[in-house]
Order: sequence, then C-alpha cells, then structure tokens
Amino acid sequence: MSIVTMFEYDFMVNAFEAATIVAVAASLVGYFLVLRGQTFAGHALSHVGFAGATGAVLAGVSPLLGLLVATVLAGAGMGFLGERFQHRDVAIGIVLAMSLGCGLLFLHFFTAYATQATALLFGNVLGVDAPTVLALLALGILIIAALAFISRPLLFATLQPELAEAKGVSLRRLSMLFLVIVALATAASVQIVGILLVFTLMVAPAAAAQRVTIKLWPGLLLSVGLALVEAWLGLTLAYYSDWPTSFWITAIGAAIYMLALSISRQKHVSEYRHEHHHHDEDQVWRPAMTGSREPKRLSARGEEITARARPISSSSHEH
Amino acid sequence: MEALAFSDVTLELGGRAILSRVSFAIEEGEFVGLLGPNGAGKTTLLRALLGLVPATTGNIRVFAGPPGAADASLGYMPQTRSSSVGSRLSGWDFVACAANGQRFGLPILDKALRFDVDRAIALVDAADLSRRPLIELSGGERQRLLLAQALLGKPRLLLLDEPLISLDLHHQKSIVSLVSELNRELKLTVLFSAHEINPLIGVIDRVLYLGNRQAAIGTAEEVITSPVLSRLYGTEIDVVRVQGRVFVMAGAYEIERDEHRHDV
Ligand SMILES: Nc1ncnc2c1ncn2[C@@H]1O[C@H](COP(=O)(O)OP(=O)(O)OP(=O)(O)O)[C@@H](O)[C@H]1O
Ligand SMILES: [Mg+2]
Repeated sequence: MSIVTMFEYDFMVNAFEAATIVAVAASLVGYFLVLRGQTFAGHALSHVGFAGATGAVLAGVSPLLGLLVATVLAGAGMGFLGERFQHRDVAIGIVLAMSLGCGLLFLHFFTAYATQATALLFGNVLGVDAPTVLALLALGILIIAALAFISRPLLFATLQPELAEAKGVSLRRLSMLFLVIVALATAASVQIVGILLVFTLMVAPAAAAQRVTIKLWPGLLLSVGLALVEAWLGLTLAYYSDWPTSFWITAIGAAIYMLALSISRQKHVSEYRHEHHHHDEDQVWRPAMTGSREPKRLSARGEEITARARPISSSSHEH
Repeated sequence: MEALAFSDVTLELGGRAILSRVSFAIEEGEFVGLLGPNGAGKTTLLRALLGLVPATTGNIRVFAGPPGAADASLGYMPQTRSSSVGSRLSGWDFVACAANGQRFGLPILDKALRFDVDRAIALVDAADLSRRPLIELSGGERQRLLLAQALLGKPRLLLLDEPLISLDLHHQKSIVSLVSELNRELKLTVLFSAHEINPLIGVIDRVLYLGNRQAAIGTAEEVITSPVLSRLYGTEIDVVRVQGRVFVMAGAYEIERDEHRHDV
C-alpha cells in the first residue's frame, strides 16, 4: 500500500483539502486565543454551537447555519461583556454546560438524528463533500483576512491594554471582532473534529508553538506547521488504521504539546546556565545615552548623574 | 510654552468627584513629580490627560489642544501591569507591539520602527531582557520594558504612572536618573507619579501634590510643608527634614514612605 492509493478516493482528497484549510485558519486564530488567555472562552463557544446546530435541525434549517449563527452571536456577546466576563470561568462553564443541555433537549425530539449528533460532537471529516470544501475555503479566507486586518491592534490590546486604549484602540470593539473570528474558526473546525474536540486543533498547536519559540512570527508559522502535521498525520493514520480521524488528531495534538513542553524545559535549563553567567552584568545596569542615532550606552554620564543624586536621596539608606 | 494645563477642572469617576475645580499648568521641559496618597487621583489625572477621563467642569489642554489630540507626542507608562504577565512572547515583541500598534493590518514593523524599538530598549539598557520571555521577568525588569515602550516614537511629554513601584533602591535611582537625563537631553516634559518624594528630590523641578480632591503645585520646599499637606490630607501633618530627606508625618506615624527601604 503506498500513500498514493489514499488519494485515489475522492473522500480522502476532500478530507485532506478541508483539513488543510481548517488547520491553517484555526491555528492562526488559536495563537491569539492562547496569547490572550481566552482558550476556555473559545472552548465554550463551540458548545454554544452545539445548541445552535441541533436547534437548526429541529427548525428544519442547515445545522451549519445554526452553528455559525449561534457561535457568532455568542462570540459577539462575550466580547461585549468584556474582559471581566471572559475570565470568569464559572460563568462561562455554566453557559457551556447549559448549551450542551439544550442541544441534548433538541436532539431528544429528533432521535433519528443520532448519527448526525455524533458527527456534530466528534466530527466527520471523511464525510465532507466537494461543496463543503468550497464553503470551508471561503470561510477560511474570510477568517484569515479578518484576522490579518485586526492582528496588529489585537496584539497591542492583548499585551498592553491600558496603553492601547490610550492610543485610541477600542478594546471592546476589538474583543468583539476577535471573538466573532474565533466563532467562525470554531464553526469551520467543527466540520473536521466536531464540537467537543475543537480545542485540539485551535489550541494545541498554538500553545505548543508558544512553548518552543518566544518570537511572534516564528511562533505563528510554527503553529500553522504543527496544525498541518496534526491534520495530515491524523488523516493518514486514520486511513491505514481505520480508527476515527478525530481520535488520531487529538492524540497527535496531545503528543505535540507534550513534546513542546519537554523541549521548552530543556531549552530553559541551557538558557539558565547562559543567563547565570551574565547575571552580575545584568544587575548593574545603567542609563544609556539619548539623542544620538546609534543606540549606545553612556556610562560616564550616567555615573555622574547617579553620583549627584546619591547624597541627597540615599543618606538614610546607607547601612 | 505650556505643555499642559488644567483650568478649573473637575474629574469624576462613577459619579464621585476625584478632583474638584483644580487649576495648574506645566511648562515644556519641566520634570514634575506627581504625588499623593492612594486614591488621591494620580492615575485618574494622567488618564484625563490622555483623553480617557472627560473633565466635567473646566478644560484640559495638552500642547494647546484638547487631550487625545496629541497622542503621538505622548509617552505613557500605565500603572496596571498585570495583563501580560503570563505571556510567553519575548521582551522585544512586547515592546514592539506598541510601535504604531493602533494601526490596522499585520504586526510587521518597517526598518525605521524596528530601529526605534531597538533604540528605546537600549535607552533603558534592556537588550538582555528583550531576548527573554515576558513570563520569566521580574516585576522590576518588566518595568524597564514598559519604560522603553513609553519612549517609542520620540514623545515630547512622558506620563509615567508609578515607575518606581516594586523596584529596589538601586533600580529606583537608575530609573530616576534615566528619566532626568531624558528630560534634560531631549527636552522632554515629564509628569512622574510616585508614592514618596525622596527618590525624586534634587531631580524634579516641581511637585504636583494631590489630596482631598485638591491639588498644590510648586517646588518641593513650597509644597511639602505642614500647612499645604495638612490641607491636602485633611488632617494635621508634620514635615520633618533630615539631611535633605523629607519625612511626612501624621502624629508619630510616617505616612509617606519608601516601601522598599527594607528590601535593600
Ligand atoms: N471606575 C471607577 N469608578 C468609581 N471610582 C473609581 C473608579 N476607578 C477608580 N476610582 C476611585 O477613584 C479614586 C482615584 O483613583 P486613582 O487610581 O486615580 O488614584 P491614585 O492616586 O492613582 O492611587 P494609587 O496611589 O493607589 O495608584 C480612588 O478613590 C478610586 O477608588
Ligand atoms: Mg494610581
């Protein structure tokens, strides 16, 4: 059996295309989700989607539409309620549980949809047809374009909200926009791994990437790379093992994260030795010169100023 | 020329007056220490200068314009600094996020902006820190990066909210002398809030003291006196000067003191 035989089947080609699109979009969104510490809020969004999708089935419309509407509304609402709510784990957890409960109630009225429910909850990437791939492509492009548009102020607002606000960034509007983008990425991810496992595609690669590199762009690219490995390897293993794709994707996601943890720990040890070496120099830092174009240090003048200030401000500090 | 001016300004938060009909002006190039007890309104005053808290009476001018209009010429170091503590991004990326961070688009910096980030980091001598993840830095180390952020884009007015908090004496002095140097070399106007006057004595031109919804401005000798502070604290205050150091006392209790004195 060669790898080529896998692509002789249309459903495998569709699955690979769909997984690729979703992996790229979800891992980019996930990078910011992890950076903002909102992974739990993201997790809850997908559960709200479950109620939306099952409710849509009950109402006789497409579950994907219901999923999209529910997650987008919940995302915008969460963004509107602000930072405080987004970090209130209990409130979010209750919304999450209630959404699953509502979804269950909706399913109760439609027992015939048991297989559809499993697909919603755990994904059915091998069942993705060509039109769905196109829809995912459009959704993926929308997600990436929107994220690219807001990424700069989003990063600013994430790392330095007070300063961003002072520079005219509307924190609430940005938070709403971002969570709507998360909602779209969630809806796309559900097609691959299902509502319960969105976390693995959105959070695992991003969190692993942030463990391995502390630089922004390498981190973003690594996050995408890891998500692709997760998706492609997961599909391949599922094809040859006949176990569910979602199982493999979650298993690889967990393995990648653990690997990243051990790499970061090792790096930490070697970096610590390095830092320790320079510690003395680090402690005695001095103000540097201003004005000139080349950034350079000015110890002589710094010295002079410190010397002038010393007798006045520290006389009682001398022991 | 005046860098900023309050005339008859009232600031309210949640319907409560924090400052009531306050007037003062700060000249360009001045280094002013902003003092006052907890909750006196130091942060609120700085936020008002940024246009984040509206004046309910009177008006505020920053470089002859309304607050918020001169954002590009303002460098601001906020007091609340908990949000990014857990971030695994590098110190460099942290400083860089503020370089024109309000613009939409990708977070890609052109050469001039990257140079500006390097310059600001070099000014606070944080090149080593900029290569480490934020999560591993101590409070004082993070503080230096925050100061670097405030220096991005060559501001004319620096608003520094408690830059000395959680610093040991050595680093306090370094920050104060760095800011004082920036003030003189680059003719930067500085408004520097602090809990205690002593680290600033000898380097600041004037003191802006807040308390009891009022403000007093003048040299340290004029403002840090028993009658002025008694009015601002609303209780009997004694000021004791020993070898150039100032102790602000209410009865036998010293109310304005350096929190880190015993850490040294
Ligand atoms: N959103 C708010 N609504 C109502 N009151 C507020 C609000 N935010 C702050 N305050 C109050 O405004 C007053 C001034 O606060 P501010 O933060 O300006 O004081 P500060 O001088 O900076 O104090 P500190 O030395 O503790 O930093 C405080 O009494 C505070 O409780
Ligand atoms: Mg304050």
